[in-house]
Formats: sequence, structure tokens, C-alpha cells
Amino acid sequence: MSSALATRPPARAGSVVTEGLAVRALLIGIAVVFLALFLVLPLVTVFIQAFAKGWSAYLAAFTEADARSAIRLTLLTAAIAVPFNLVFGIMASWAVAKFEFRGKNLLVTLIDLPFSVSPVVSGLIYVLVFGAQGLLGPWLLAHDIQIIFAVPGIVLATIFVTFPFVARQLIPLMQEQGTAEEEAALTLGASGWHAFRTVTLPNIRWGLLYSVLLCNARAMGEFGAVSVVSGHIRGLTNTLPLHVEILYNEYNFVASFAVASLLAGLALVTLLVKSLLEWRFSAEIAAGARGH
Amino acid sequence: MGSSTAIRVEGLSKTFDTAAVLHDLSLDVRAGELLALLGPSGSGKTTLLRIIAGLDFPDRGRIIFGADDATRVPVQERAVGFVFQHYALFKHMSVAENIAYGLNARKRADRPAKAEIKRRVGDLLDLIKLSGFADRYPSQLSGGQRQRIALARALAVEPRVLLLDEPFGALDAQVRKDLRRWLREIHDRTGQTTIFVTHDQDEALELSDRVAVLSKGRLEQIGTPDEVQENPVSSTVLKFLGDTIEVEAIAQGSEVRVNGRLTPVKAPPGLVGPVKLYARPWQLQFAEPGQAHLEGHVRSSYRSQGRQRIEVDRPEGKTVVVEASDTHRLAAGRPVGLTINAGYVFKD
Repeated sequence: MSSALATRPPARAGSVVTEGLAVRALLIGIAVVFLALFLVLPLVTVFIQAFAKGWSAYLAAFTEADARSAIRLTLLTAAIAVPFNLVFGIMASWAVAKFEFRGKNLLVTLIDLPFSVSPVVSGLIYVLVFGAQGLLGPWLLAHDIQIIFAVPGIVLATIFVTFPFVARQLIPLMQEQGTAEEEAALTLGASGWHAFRTVTLPNIRWGLLYSVLLCNARAMGEFGAVSVVSGHIRGLTNTLPLHVEILYNEYNFVASFAVASLLAGLALVTLLVKSLLEWRFSAEIAAGARGH
Repeated sequence: MGSSTAIRVEGLSKTFDTAAVLHDLSLDVRAGELLALLGPSGSGKTTLLRIIAGLDFPDRGRIIFGADDATRVPVQERAVGFVFQHYALFKHMSVAENIAYGLNARKRADRPAKAEIKRRVGDLLDLIKLSGFADRYPSQLSGGQRQRIALARALAVEPRVLLLDEPFGALDAQVRKDLRRWLREIHDRTGQTTIFVTHDQDEALELSDRVAVLSKGRLEQIGTPDEVQENPVSSTVLKFLGDTIEVEAIAQGSEVRVNGRLTPVKAPPGLVGPVKLYARPWQLQFAEPGQAHLEGHVRSSYRSQGRQRIEVDRPEGKTVVVEASDTHRLAAGRPVGLTINAGYVFKD
């Protein structure tokens, strides 16, 4: 190395990739202002509007019969969609991560499909298949089975939209972990099911919990697909997000924002638990997060 | 050593996608022996081990355990202990839970009592000299310790045969040496029939009772370390077991000539005409140019572990390494002759 280079004083202390103070302040400032304007302010507004007429008005929004039925339906939908996608997600990621087969890439692409399709289109697909004028419509009508504008349609649409969450999280995680531990368990005499319960499941538990959390948040908050198949029948086929819209359209702002605050609260709790999981089990989740 | 056959491999063939990895491979494993499967990567040695374990299945051929055909027996029922290159310990279980896994996985009727399992785990921890480590987790252990735990876990189910897939491959040199000696001790003490896969000749020759040399999915030779070193059946085996110098030669009767000069090497019956003579670096000796089998110029020399290694450039452009105990150093560029004292002759 030339001595001229070595004797020149460093322009700045610290790493070569560090920017000057002014640039740093500017960048951080822009980020903070943007977040405040587009995330924090709306969130605060939701709660301010919800409590605009005090506690009693706020609580009244939930005691009303339609609101309670919307809460029940949302919980029911999530209670079906989340376990379904949990089981499906584990099976799909197991198949993709631990076996070699033809059409594997196609399967992975298909699992991703709901992420790339607009939720409204997802809902329309179900209307076109199960609706009165749809593919299976006449048959369903003849057997007195109603799917569209009823609870089954809402559940189906929610399942479709939340389909990728668990699988997308687990596939890279399982791929990274490989099959050696399962093989070890089998050579030690464990049955396939025993090996799955005692080796595979514990290895993916935190990634699984993380993905279920995200899946649940989406299942409860889904609007577009559910809106198309629901028919907006108050007290029957309204989920929480749909209920918010209806109240808002009726200029019932307090009730609308009160119900919205419930969803916002759900989002905050999800965010909190998600951060806790990421902080505590970052290594086990990271493999999955990289896949997104 | 008992010479009864513990495992018989008969005519094994296996193809992955379109690449054949095993061709009609047969070999016998004797009860109580420590057998090394030695071969370069891609020789099919790991596939053979996995087929014996039941982790892979052959396209053709049979695996016979004792008197029973085990070819289609699922891995759980084969009673094999398998040790993986990267340990494959259960990360979320303690050392004791790892070792007890196989016993706990048994059906209730066959499962030993809790106290009995605890005693067996304790005995195994003593055997691998990790008695105080029962409650540790794999992430708190070094690579060598993990591999010992993996071995104890495999031994816990009292397997018929212990299978080790490159057991020391992921460890650094010093730990590897210690573990080799330690594995030999364990084997001597337990008398467990053991097969291990390695691509390291030293490891195979030092550890095993017999070595099976594999190449391109075929068994080249099986024998004691002495047998395969003294009487290699092919140039493949010879080359794989150590450094060789390859020389064009002419066989006539049993006589072998290099550059027209007679060598002390005898050609096997039936081998006549142009042949290849292979010599180890220590089977050559320096001589005056003009009176030797080979000639060349010293390129460089270095000393390692009490031996002098001299690189000699030969006129045809090949460089050979000669090993000598000579303490005098040969200057670079100096013309030298090389006399062949011993070697092996093959057609190719």
C-alpha cells in the first residue's frame, strides 16, 4: 500500500457505508413523517372517531344485534378457514420440502396464486362457479344448497384468500431443515406419524404459530372477496369489515369507527405478538420470511 | 474375528433419474467386523449404505440380514443404527432425550420402564465419556460431542448393525483423529458389526478390519487394509489408495522393462506388450542420469513430517513426486535419474 494513502486522515469516523449527519437526518425524517402521515394518523383517527360520542356510544356499537352477528360470523369464518389452511399448509409444505416430484414448481406457483389475484376476482370466481347462473348453480339449486350469498361462500372465499400464508412460511423453513432428522427418527424405529409429531412439528412450531397469526389476521380482515360472495344481508352474511362499510355508508360514523377499532385492535395485537415471535425466535422464522 | 455373514448384499442396482449409481454390486459383511466403504464422491458408497439401512430402495438385488431377506423391510423394522454426517440430532431435545428417543418411540408393550431407559442412557453417556451432559442441548455442544451423542443414540436401540455415513466429514482434522481412535475403541469394546462410509483413505486404512473400495457404482476390491495395499486388483484401487507415479512399460514374459531397462517388477501371467507401471513415491530411488529407468530435472523439493519430497520434471512434460529420506537437498534444475525398486503392473 502506498504511504500517501495510509497517512491521509479518514474523511469520517465510522464505516465507509455511513452517510453524513445531514443525509441521515433527512432520510430518517422522511421515513418518520411518511409513517406518521399514512399509518399512525389514520389509526389514531379511527380511535378518536370511535370515541367521539363517549364510551356508551362506543359500546352501543357492539351490543347492537347486527354487530354481534357480524362478530360471530367473522369468528366462525376464521375458526374454519384458519385450521383448514393450517392443515393444508403443513401438508403442502411437507410435500414440497421433503419430496421430489414432477410438477412441484407448478404446485408452488398455484399456492401463491391467491397472493397475485385481486380478492374481488377471487370472489367473482366463486360466484361464477357456485352462483345461481354459475357452473354448478342449477345442481346446487336443485339440491337446495346455497353457497353464494350465504355463509359457505364467505368461508370458501376466505379460505382461498388466506390459502398461501401457512404454506409460504413453512416451505422454505422445511427445505432448510432437510430430512435428516426425520430419517434419524425412522432409523430409530419411530413410525412416520410419531416422527412427524416428535421431530417435524417441534422444529416448525414457531414458524407455524407466526404464519397462523398472519393467516388469522387476514381471515378476519378480508373485505374484497367476501364482499362479492356475501350479498350483504344484515345479521346473516355480514362480516366485521362488511359491517364497517355498511355503517359508514349510512353515515353512522361512531358505530362504523367503533367496529373498525376492533379490527385495528386485532391488527395491533397481531403486530405485537408477531414482533415478539420475531424477536424471540428470529432464526426459526427467518428461513420462512426470506421466502416472501 | 467371527467369520459368519451378518449382512449379504446381492446384485444391487440403483438408478437415480437416468444416472446409474450402483451396478450389480455384491458384498458380504462379517459379523462383528468394522468395514469401510471407501470411494471417491459419486462412487455410490452413501447410496449403498442408505439401501442397507432401508432409507433407499434398490431397483434390483437383495439385502439379506442374517438369514432373512430384508430388501423390502421398512427402515423402522430393520434395527439399524444410522449416524449421519451432520449428526441430525433433535435440536429441541436434550442429550438424554435424544439418546432415549428410539426406546421411547417403541410401542408400549416393548418399551422399557422409565428407570430402565434412564439407566441405559446413563450407561451410554459413560461409554461416550459425556456423563455430565445429559441435560444439555445439541446447540451447546461441539461438533465432536454431537457426533458422539449421535452414536450413542444409534447404539441405544441395540441395532444389528451400525451404519455411519462420513461420520467425521464435518469435523476439523484434530477432532477427526481423536474420534477415529475413539470409534475403534468403542467397536473393540462392543463388538458391534459396523459399516462406515468415507472418502478418506487414511481413515479407512487406520480404522477398519476390511476395506471395500467402490468406484462408479461397482465394488473394485474388498479385503484387509494390508491386502488392498499390497495386492490392489486394479489401477483404480491403487490410485485411490495413495499417490502413484505412472510410467509406460513393456511386458515380456514376466519381465517388465521401462525405457528398455529391466525393472525388478514382475508382470502377472498373461499380461504382455505395452502396459502401465505404477509406483508409489517411496518405491523410486535417485540414481545417476543415464543409468536409471527414468530421467528428469529437479523442479523443487520440500520437507514434511521427516520425509523429503522432490518434484522431478520428466522430459515428456509430466511432473512426478519422489519421496526419499535423503537429507541432502537436490538443487533445482539438476538432472537426475530415477530407479524403480518396486511397483505394480496393469494393462491400463
